[in-house]
Amino acid sequence: MDAFTTPLLGGILIGTAASGLLWLLGRIAGISGIVWSALSQALPDSAAASCGTEKPRDGVWRWCFVAGLIGGPVLYHSISGAPVPAPSNLAWPWAVAAGLIVGFGTRLGSGCTSGHGVCGLGRLSLRSLAATCTFMATGIATVALLRHGMGVGL
Amino acid sequence: MKNIAALLCGLLFGIGLALSGMTDTAKVIGFLDLFGHWDPDLAFVMGGAVAVTLISFRFILPGRPLLAEGFSLPGKTALDARLLTGAALFGVGWGMYGYCPGPALSALAYLDVKAVSFVLAMLAGMSLAGLVAGKR
Repeated sequence: MDAFTTPLLGGILIGTAASGLLWLLGRIAGISGIVWSALSQALPDSAAASCGTEKPRDGVWRWCFVAGLIGGPVLYHSISGAPVPAPSNLAWPWAVAAGLIVGFGTRLGSGCTSGHGVCGLGRLSLRSLAATCTFMATGIATVALLRHGMGVGL
Repeated sequence: MKNIAALLCGLLFGIGLALSGMTDTAKVIGFLDLFGHWDPDLAFVMGGAVAVTLISFRFILPGRPLLAEGFSLPGKTALDARLLTGAALFGVGWGMYGYCPGPALSALAYLDVKAVSFVLAMLAGMSLAGLVAGKR
């Protein structure tokens, strides 16, 4: 297939999944929000409160969604035979630093690529448009700075 | 029913992420490398996904969800510093490693220690944001 057909098909599946979650459960498929709320359900009340969250009491659907999110690639790679992507050659402390910033930023900014990008743009939300333009811009600037400015082997 | 529906939506989402190349950190960084050897493929992921939601949401939102009382939608409309600071930071972390939250979770399927480290750190970062910046 052409270089862009699998990304396009993947994007259509993602959009369909987000549509399904909204149509069936009435929920926005924002991954950072879903995984945070799922985690908070597993925290003691006091810990959740000090992390600024009220624990959702509407069942375990978020955990099911996350299980699907992890099961999806297992299904895809085993059925299609497509090779698993090579692990990043960056060191694990770098992965930890990046993960911390992604977690902090998505919670502060109330969403990530899925919540603001896929769903927010679909809802024509101005907040999501602003957030999406912002994280695209800083993502591009970060790669430019690290790879071409500082020579980090991304 | 809700749980099965959520599982199936998650599966579809995860298959889409793996198929599209979003779980490949090198591919994502190539996409963000606008000023180097830009790899535009992943623009089609967001393009395809938003093309679907832009249309489908027009039909879904005027109605009622099938398995819930109503829609749970974000109510905020203000473009505040918190939103923009958070989004800006998120982009920095995304560019540093190549994972945004969805693909990072999906990549747990690959049983790669660094993907696990990323996800644990991400959850810690989310907790920290709540501790530092308060509610929501």
